[in-house]
Amino acid sequence: MPRTIIHECAVERLEILGPEGQLDTELMPELDDETVRALYRDMVRMRTFDDKAVKLQRQGRMGTWAQLKGQEAIQAGVALAMIESDWLIPAFREHGLMLLRGVPGHLIYAYWAGDERGASFPEGVRCLPIAVPVGSQLTHGAGIGLSLKLRGEHAAAVTFGGDGATSEGDFHEALNFAGVFGTKTVFVIQNNQWAISMPRKRQTSSPTLAQKADAYGIPGLQVDGNDVFAVYTAAVEAFERARSGGGPSLIEAVTYRLGDHTTADDATRYRTGEELEYWQRRDPIPRLRRHLEGRGLWDAEQDQALKEEAVRWVASQVDAFNAMPMADPGDIFRFMYHEVPPALAEQLEWLEREVRA
Amino acid sequence: MNAGRPLHTREPEHGLHAVAPAASPKLTIAQAVCGALASEMERDERIIVLGEDVGINGGVFRATDGLLAQFGPERVMDTPLAEGAIIGVSVGLAVTGFRPVAEIQFMGFVYPAVNQILAHAARMRNRTRGRLQVPMVIRMPYGGGIHAPESHSESYEALFVHSPGIKVVVPSNPYDAKGLLISAIRDEDPVMFLEPKRIYRAFREPVPDESYTVPIGTAAVPRTGGDVTLIAWGAMVRICLDAAAALEKDGVSVEVVDLRTLNPLDRDTLIESVVKTGRAVVVHEAPRTAGVGAEIVALINEHALLQLEAPVSRVTGFDTVMPYARLEEHYLPNRDRVVAAVRNVLEF
Repeated sequence: MPRTIIHECAVERLEILGPEGQLDTELMPELDDETVRALYRDMVRMRTFDDKAVKLQRQGRMGTWAQLKGQEAIQAGVALAMIESDWLIPAFREHGLMLLRGVPGHLIYAYWAGDERGASFPEGVRCLPIAVPVGSQLTHGAGIGLSLKLRGEHAAAVTFGGDGATSEGDFHEALNFAGVFGTKTVFVIQNNQWAISMPRKRQTSSPTLAQKADAYGIPGLQVDGNDVFAVYTAAVEAFERARSGGGPSLIEAVTYRLGDHTTADDATRYRTGEELEYWQRRDPIPRLRRHLEGRGLWDAEQDQALKEEAVRWVASQVDAFNAMPMADPGDIFRFMYHEVPPALAEQLEWLEREVRA
Repeated sequence: MNAGRPLHTREPEHGLHAVAPAASPKLTIAQAVCGALASEMERDERIIVLGEDVGINGGVFRATDGLLAQFGPERVMDTPLAEGAIIGVSVGLAVTGFRPVAEIQFMGFVYPAVNQILAHAARMRNRTRGRLQVPMVIRMPYGGGIHAPESHSESYEALFVHSPGIKVVVPSNPYDAKGLLISAIRDEDPVMFLEPKRIYRAFREPVPDESYTVPIGTAAVPRTGGDVTLIAWGAMVRICLDAAAALEKDGVSVEVVDLRTLNPLDRDTLIESVVKTGRAVVVHEAPRTAGVGAEIVALINEHALLQLEAPVSRVTGFDTVMPYARLEEHYLPNRDRVVAAVRNVLEF
């Protein structure tokens, strides 16, 4: 018997607004002018929020911070595609999307400054706390997607990982599980090219990350992650598929981490200035601004006003963060279990005696 | 929240096993586990059983037998072979209002899921300062003595007892298995429920049809005595009771404490018994070094040192890999080793 091809896999890439401002008008989603301006505002606020955290860290007022700089289009585009009932299961570089989903900025600062209260989100915010162990949150995305399916909710769970996370076993287990059960999950991989010092090519010899979806029997799509219109379009497709019972999807959003891995990292040790400059020219924020200006929807005066407004808003978040009283040391014990067990109650007493002394 | 119907809770008399009505059907531990699952699933629609081979096959030990037929595939899920996903998905289910009961087929297969158990299930409540909780049960058969292949006989309860944020429960008999599992399912915290597979079907005891709970965090005293306290859990409780019966013939009065829960530990019952007898032997099949027995010895030293007539002794597994079938009897604590240890502490 001859060998026959029994399966072929094709990977689509979606780009709508190119790096030089070229626009595919056929693919351009129907967004009114104000919504496009709002996307830009969101992205500028995210960057301002991120930049401020780095400054605070340099001043010793913030712990280690994971920068999102350069990845704003993904987070703004996904946020626009989400509805109130959707869940967000972040990794640790999705501060911008968390803000847009209702997580107060001062709590995000508090978390990264080392205060557990920063992950106690207001009631009704459908967002899990940050997950530090790489890729481990992806199975929670499958689980919440299953939960939404079992309840018949018109909602989807979106979970994030980076290119490094695709090397983890949890990536495989989560996509595999989600595929088998047809969960209401959207997997977004922010492929920012670097997992600390290891380039994307060192994570996998697979030509794309999007194609991994094919092995799990779910749709996969690669988008230009610095093109907010492409991200939004891909996210709308994936969310609608999930919410309507069509199963999970994988979106590979190709972007670049313009900052260091975290404030504890120095990316000049492992990547070149040329590479950084190449990607700076593809920065999603100036790209969208040029588009807005080209359409007569934005000017320098508005831009100046937005940036000032963003700085004021971020300052208000810093103030709120600084205004948080120190947590009670006893809180170390109070939330370990539903009720504090006797041995912990005894240890709590020891600590309280020491604190009082 | 599910209000449920009023629950009949059978509290054991202080320190002793409650005795089921004689008319109750006699069940094995495996059947008692299955009965607990069925009665709780009947009562609370949020409960979902998931794991490898738990549905069509009814579990490799039949501990979930019949549940798929009774409750359907949305509540009894045969999952892919992926321990990390079984627990990770359960975390996602639990934080959104379900009460998953996940099965890990053998304790020797839990390692891929440890990241999810320790980094997420055990931490989510604390991480969110109480905003989210993970009410889930992770059931798994543990321990040796059934001549199983490699990785099927481990007793690594100390790994989890050492890890804050989870409770660890180990029944030693069918009555407790049902009552403790029901408590575990109703608990708001993640509970590791370790089932002693060696005695899954070794004996039957009356187990009431109706729902009842045995509280987590309380030890039992299945045998009272005045000369020495044997402290054990799971399959080792039977070994201790056998040793106690043998010693009785020589006039030695042995008290047996069945801890039932390893975290949180019922320190009061344990210390009370040791204060009374002045002598204690801890018996576990897990490796010796940094085993739960070491913690128990430390607690006795902290709270009953001056009442001790002899150093507390340990009869444990060795600090080795669990031997395979042909040598496992050399590894596992047995009646004779326990009897010898008791004689040593009596003669000290």
